[in-house]
Amino acid sequence: SSAAMAALRGRALLAPLGARLRARARAPLRSAASAPPLYDVVVSGGGMVGSAMAAVLGHDIHFHDKKIALLEAGPRKEYNHMPDSYSNRVSSISPGSATLLSSCGAWDHVCSLRLKPFRRMQVWDACSEAMIVFEKDDLDDMGYIVENDVIMSALTKQLDAVADRVEVFYRSKAVGYTWPLPSHSCDTSPWVQVELADGRRLQTKLLIGADGHKSVVRKEAEIKNIEHQYDQSAVVATLHLSEATDNNVAWQRFLPTGPIALLPLSDTVSSLVWSTSHDHASELLAMDEESFVDSINSAFWSNINHSDFIDTAGAMFRSAISFLKPSGTAVRQLPPSVAKVDPGSRAMFPLGMGHATEYVQHRVALIGDAAHRVHPLAGQGVNLGFGDIACLAHHLSAAAFNGSDLGSLKHLLKFETERQRHNVSLIAATDLLKRLYSTTLAPVVLLRTWGLQATNALPPVK
Amino acid sequence: SLFRLTVKRLFSTSHSSVDSKEMKKFQLLAHKWWDEEGEYAALHSMNDIRVPFIRDTLLSMSSNYHLGNPLSGIKILDVGCGGGLLSEPLGRLGASVTGIDPVEDNIRTADRHKSFDPVLAKRIQYKCSSLEEIVEESMETFDVIVASEVVEHVADLETFIKCCFQVLKPEGSLFITTINKTQLSYVLGIVVAEKIMGIVPEGTHEWEKFVPPEELERLLESNGFSVKTVSGMLYNPLWGSWSWMESTSLNYAVHAVRSGARAQSHATDTLPETDIQQPSATAGTAG
Repeated sequence: SSAAMAALRGRALLAPLGARLRARARAPLRSAASAPPLYDVVVSGGGMVGSAMAAVLGHDIHFHDKKIALLEAGPRKEYNHMPDSYSNRVSSISPGSATLLSSCGAWDHVCSLRLKPFRRMQVWDACSEAMIVFEKDDLDDMGYIVENDVIMSALTKQLDAVADRVEVFYRSKAVGYTWPLPSHSCDTSPWVQVELADGRRLQTKLLIGADGHKSVVRKEAEIKNIEHQYDQSAVVATLHLSEATDNNVAWQRFLPTGPIALLPLSDTVSSLVWSTSHDHASELLAMDEESFVDSINSAFWSNINHSDFIDTAGAMFRSAISFLKPSGTAVRQLPPSVAKVDPGSRAMFPLGMGHATEYVQHRVALIGDAAHRVHPLAGQGVNLGFGDIACLAHHLSAAAFNGSDLGSLKHLLKFETERQRHNVSLIAATDLLKRLYSTTLAPVVLLRTWGLQATNALPPVK
Repeated sequence: SLFRLTVKRLFSTSHSSVDSKEMKKFQLLAHKWWDEEGEYAALHSMNDIRVPFIRDTLLSMSSNYHLGNPLSGIKILDVGCGGGLLSEPLGRLGASVTGIDPVEDNIRTADRHKSFDPVLAKRIQYKCSSLEEIVEESMETFDVIVASEVVEHVADLETFIKCCFQVLKPEGSLFITTINKTQLSYVLGIVVAEKIMGIVPEGTHEWEKFVPPEELERLLESNGFSVKTVSGMLYNPLWGSWSWMESTSLNYAVHAVRSGARAQSHATDTLPETDIQQPSATAGTAG
């Protein structure tokens, strides 16, 4: 029928390009003479993910002659040597992320500033003896705990190295975006218009939104975001241990109120990330330092949430496993005890989860927290963002080498498909874990106890 | 002088390779070039294989290039450029591109589309012209000619090829993509593509004018070219994407290299074959 023919005309049956037309398109008519400067890529948001995106593209050989701009609302952050005290905002960097940072030369700077590799991760339940240990067979580093300031400083250096291609606008907030009309009506500018707070304007062929979970790019592009505020805040602090130790283990215990994690920064210092209810978080911030330290030690050591029933059931299961699979139960290490907290290092921030229904539109791509926001319990947040960068940079590099229009949906959709496939399952699993461990109900505790023990014993599942 | 007079007379419009009926077909769709999902969607996605084909062939013949600007310094003539779908990627890769098309509306669309990108606006020049009309002023000017989805629309293919010879520098490259004349290409290329699925606007192609690769090779080899590569292409309508294939029974691409001989000012049928420089075996394979 002619309707069917019209539907199929010139268009692949399964390609959803047509669905991505925006509701509002207000491209202004501009003569070429007064046109604002045109960039190939503008990255909005100069945090770890935005800066890394700009740095990786700037170091890509196929972007050698391209113009990239990075917009950051804050000031320039650079350290030649770190202050003696540690920052309370740290990230767990996976080996894959370290590889990405290496590819743009930033990892060397991180290593020369400071970082702490860890070999082992011990995760256990507050309501039972169930425990799971992650470590690599070959005693390689599982990951690295790095202060966010260190990563930023390293990226700033690498952005300087490609200053001929990447122009960084510090203290520059983007206040408005104007989207182009669909490409075939070519009387108006086909580029995205960006307006800065100080009135300056830029044009770009591709806008990358790396502006965090409250992304303005995402809002202005009218991309729907599935979000959920957890009834939890994370309390962070810098802690000094009672005694020096190798400190190459990351500890996490699931309390009914939320997971508490101790991430190693040095032989004597660790970083705290304690996700708990808003009220409890406020209490923790308000209490004196001694009580705060006591709460932390109690959270890691106390067995108050154990019940005889669960302990017995757990022990039975454990002996069953050790009978069937002798190597399946790991030796339980004891977490370090905390002696004091760095004054002024306590802070809290609310937690939530979020996922954008689309990561891309014509001439727009979202990466990092702008696209997806997770609970810190899995330590994955920034690693997902770095994974987005690796994928998007790969597709943009190929597109540049093909002479393609960088803002074309064709390759942007490939990025979206790859990353959504990867991210959605991880975000869902993280959310599920959070809910699973938020209860003291015996049946659920038993299930997760057995589940955790079984997972610990079975390498493929693990 | 005498040389110019000769050339002018021999390339009068009676030997033109431009077919006025064909021109009218494209006139109607001049404004649709840049709709990536419109009538020209298949041509847009053809860039995914024809641009790398051209790029990689040229890189393999060159020893001095930068991956950030791979076609820098190369002068390309895009014959039958339409709205500039192929000219623009080649321009982005660094080439200086001259795009010619006999349909004025196409050139207007192409000019307007490139005008928003200052880099492209400088690298690409469009001209409303047939190939013959630029021969005189462009003898041995271009390093590369691309004639993509064009030769199945020209009136006189041999004249077209002779003109390509004239405007190419010695050892220059000619890239052609076109459609074979087979039963399969009638069924899939005309009946299915045009009438059933609307992949190509109806009436775009005439099966009679499709060119078998053997015929194209023969014409090229006897007019100063050495054919280096012939490769089949396949369009998958489900995914809207192109891929290479062994068989040339549908679409195919050709890379030929012009011999090192200097351009002659004559090219009519009446002159004996021997007057036209035969590509010697060594010259053709030297590249």
